[in-house]
Amino acid sequence: MHPYRLLLRLYPASFRHEYGAEMSTIFARRRRDAPGPLAGAALWIETIAEVLPNAALVHWDVLAQDLRYVARTLRRTPGFAITAVLIVALGIGATTAAFSVTDFVLIRPLPFPEPDRLVKLWEKTPGYATMELSAPNYHDWKAAAKSFASLGVYRAAAVTMTSAGEPRRFIGSSVSADLLPTLGVAPIIGRAFAADDDRDGAAGTVILSYQWWQTEFGGDPNVVGRSVIFDEKPYTVIGVMSREFHFPTSDVLFWTTNRFGERDYQPQERTNNYLYAVGRLRRGVTLQQARAEMDVIAAQSIQQYPKENKDTGAVLLLLSEEVSNRSRLLLMALSGAAACVLLIACANLANLLLARALGRRRELAVRAAIGAGRERLIRQLMTESLLLALVGGALGIAVAVVAVPLLARLVPATLPIAAAPSVDVRVLMFAARLTLVTGIAFGLAPVVRAGGSPDLDGLREGSRSGGGQKERLRSALVVAEIVMSVVLLVSAGLLIRALLTVQSIDPGFKPEGVLTMRTELPMPAYGRVATREAFYSRVLREIRAVPGVTSAGYVSFLPMGSMRGGIFPVSVKGDVEAANDTRRANNVAAIRYVTPGYFEAMAIPLKRGRDIGASDSRDRQFVAVVSESFVRRYWPGEDPIGRHFTFAFADREVVGVVADVRFRGLERESEPQVYLSSMQVADGAITFYSPKELAVRTTAPPATLATLVPGVRAIIRQADPKVPITRVQMLSDMVDLETASRSVQVRVLSAFALIAFVLAGIGIHGLLSFSVSQRTQEIGVRMALGAQSSDILSMVLRRSVVLAVAGVIPGVALAYAAGRSMEALLAGVKPADAPTLVTAVGLSVLMTVLGSLAPTLRALRVDPISAIRTE
Amino acid sequence: MTDLQREADAFLPLPPATFHILLAVADEDRHGYAVIQDVSERTGGELKLSAGTLYRSIQRMLEQGLIVEPRERPAPHEDDERRRYYRITPLGTAVAKAEARRLTQLVRMARAAGFVPGKA
Repeated sequence: MHPYRLLLRLYPASFRHEYGAEMSTIFARRRRDAPGPLAGAALWIETIAEVLPNAALVHWDVLAQDLRYVARTLRRTPGFAITAVLIVALGIGATTAAFSVTDFVLIRPLPFPEPDRLVKLWEKTPGYATMELSAPNYHDWKAAAKSFASLGVYRAAAVTMTSAGEPRRFIGSSVSADLLPTLGVAPIIGRAFAADDDRDGAAGTVILSYQWWQTEFGGDPNVVGRSVIFDEKPYTVIGVMSREFHFPTSDVLFWTTNRFGERDYQPQERTNNYLYAVGRLRRGVTLQQARAEMDVIAAQSIQQYPKENKDTGAVLLLLSEEVSNRSRLLLMALSGAAACVLLIACANLANLLLARALGRRRELAVRAAIGAGRERLIRQLMTESLLLALVGGALGIAVAVVAVPLLARLVPATLPIAAAPSVDVRVLMFAARLTLVTGIAFGLAPVVRAGGSPDLDGLREGSRSGGGQKERLRSALVVAEIVMSVVLLVSAGLLIRALLTVQSIDPGFKPEGVLTMRTELPMPAYGRVATREAFYSRVLREIRAVPGVTSAGYVSFLPMGSMRGGIFPVSVKGDVEAANDTRRANNVAAIRYVTPGYFEAMAIPLKRGRDIGASDSRDRQFVAVVSESFVRRYWPGEDPIGRHFTFAFADREVVGVVADVRFRGLERESEPQVYLSSMQVADGAITFYSPKELAVRTTAPPATLATLVPGVRAIIRQADPKVPITRVQMLSDMVDLETASRSVQVRVLSAFALIAFVLAGIGIHGLLSFSVSQRTQEIGVRMALGAQSSDILSMVLRRSVVLAVAGVIPGVALAYAAGRSMEALLAGVKPADAPTLVTAVGLSVLMTVLGSLAPTLRALRVDPISAIRTE
Repeated sequence: MTDLQREADAFLPLPPATFHILLAVADEDRHGYAVIQDVSERTGGELKLSAGTLYRSIQRMLEQGLIVEPRERPAPHEDDERRRYYRITPLGTAVAKAEARRLTQLVRMARAAGFVPGKA
């Protein structure tokens, strides 16, 4: 090919076809006229310099012309333009929002260097897939393991700090000195923990989170070296972490050291599991190799400590896979729903454009007949599609910006990342790509159609014939929309059923009208039982005297609160094996110390015997109130009152039986519960479980419950101003929190289902409207030949029924499969739940009827005479 | 003011290339190369339209209705089968006149300001 022809390819094809030959002729003449090779070269340079800007300008001209044309045609059909833009916006908005959140939690790597080498090490004990490590096991395993470049541990910590006379509690984490280096992070100010900071008896040191440094220390640049008082002991600030560092969860404000000593590594500590271990694998060591090594090490420690480490294994998981299966499943479901909505949106749009292209066949044929090239028509249609996609995409991003904060509530708070995902640049790029692909995808459908018949068919046949094959394609798209909307409706329905199921679970107590708060008694000031009792009895007596208060009581930890564990082994006389066996799934119970009045305050029904009383003091027989499941396990069918068992280092006599409480949460089976008298414990022993959470039952209506708070606060303040008051909340709010994430799930999935439902309805409406308008003449002829309204009605409705049936059947099958895959989210609701399926199918039929209503009425109103005359 | 004049005024000011092409096809139908030559002669070789500029302008002028491609061709001995000829339309004439009027006014103003030598 001549080089000049090649250069001409820079122009739009339509321009080239029109003027290419002429331009070549002119170029050839100039070549001929050029005297000598030097002038020839100059001509070439001049030509190239001329073609580049001119080609760009011609492209611009064409684009401007097309945009003018598109704007004109869209203005003529505003319904089409608005529908198309909204469909794209919803599809892209929903997908972008879902992707933002999923990317944030599941895809984005952890904010630590080489995150794929970071692992979490757990113990595995009977009944628990993952169990925290005990300090001695951690100590031994760390010394033995060769797979890790480093291994560190952390545990929850909370301290009371008094400033301006006001004691306040702050959440932090107590870590080993090697934890931060294991993660690969260092303070931005000051230094990291040294091994000496983590020794038994070392002076207290603390590293601040950036957030706490800002809020509590005013961002003081000289904060390093400052002394702070935690729980009445001095700590020195040695560093501040970066703003992005959150570990292990986003609410941790500071880090101190464990300072373990000999006492923490004693044999009896082997069953005291409270440490979380994070390791960094040595370079070149795979997860499988490390697991194999840990299995061997765990087997060795069973041999060494056959009693304490009975059936104890080691589990190694990638830190990045910390996200619980439920969260993962939920986010997958969310992404799946978003993908469904996007597919429906695209199918709808393609259908819309197909119908439009069909309606414009005559126009396109006329334009082709008067000389518009195929390329020109294709380019114009593509411009239209891309314009719609871009406007829709921009609107979709706006939808995403609004939707992300809502979806953000699905992010588990237990991740080492900042709490709120936002629509970021990467996600915007994703949306942009999506916009483009969608634009081209639905741009192509009409182009193929328009391109396929640039002949004069459109002129000859009029705009009536749709062509059987194309009609089938459009019907298939609508059927696909119905299928997906059925899947979404069923999924949303199943989750709603699951939510209702969970909400109807009896927690074992009555949360309405109960005010709760936490008053952590400072240790060692309250190490003695008598000191604590003086506080409890004074506070409870005064609170009970407050008008409206019917009962009040203290407990170690309220159900469904911050601490849901607290499991001790039980040994019952005669059950010799269990007595020697500290590691057995079915011989543990939850320990809770209570004051008299706790059961009444919580409305936990007393089934037999009596409550813990004021007379159950330390010099009397140690007593226990146990839950019904405890009785079922040890004394099925027998009277438990008066029976004895050993628990928390002492012999206990059962004096009462209460109903079971779901202290681990609404959706989890909880271990049997044992309630002990707050007085029956040795001074300084088990102070972790000494009662600190207060429940106050009132007759006040829920709305006015908060007005009691100042009075209760004053009572506690007067009893001891050093006691911090935290977590003041309604018990009912704590229970509602249990289903909060479920409610959000339901709302989100329902929103997706609603969008899909509306889109599919629009799709059916569009298809039937179009086919009715295409068949106006046929309907007119039929009516003229004597067809009744009912005949016409059944003609149109038959179509919509066929579409609905064709969509609902595979839809239900797919929905069942989707339900099976998210069974873990369903709280026992079966994927084939009949009410849900029936409702979803009913809604789909309703949608079909609604979608076909307007077209059907239009068909009935066809006037035979004018219909036949039209052509 | 007639409708045609009003329509023509909407095109002002005219891009120089467009004005020159209108002048070139004012008295007779010309093909592209002839337009280039005519403009070059008229301007004493100062303005040499490139093929790209020419046909881009022509495409636009055809769309705007300033010129047309006539059906009848010149006498066979002068005709080249591959060539396409362009003819000015009444609108094109009106636009050229309007532009000329605009330029005249400009020159008159410049002269009043003493910028142009010659008759006062």
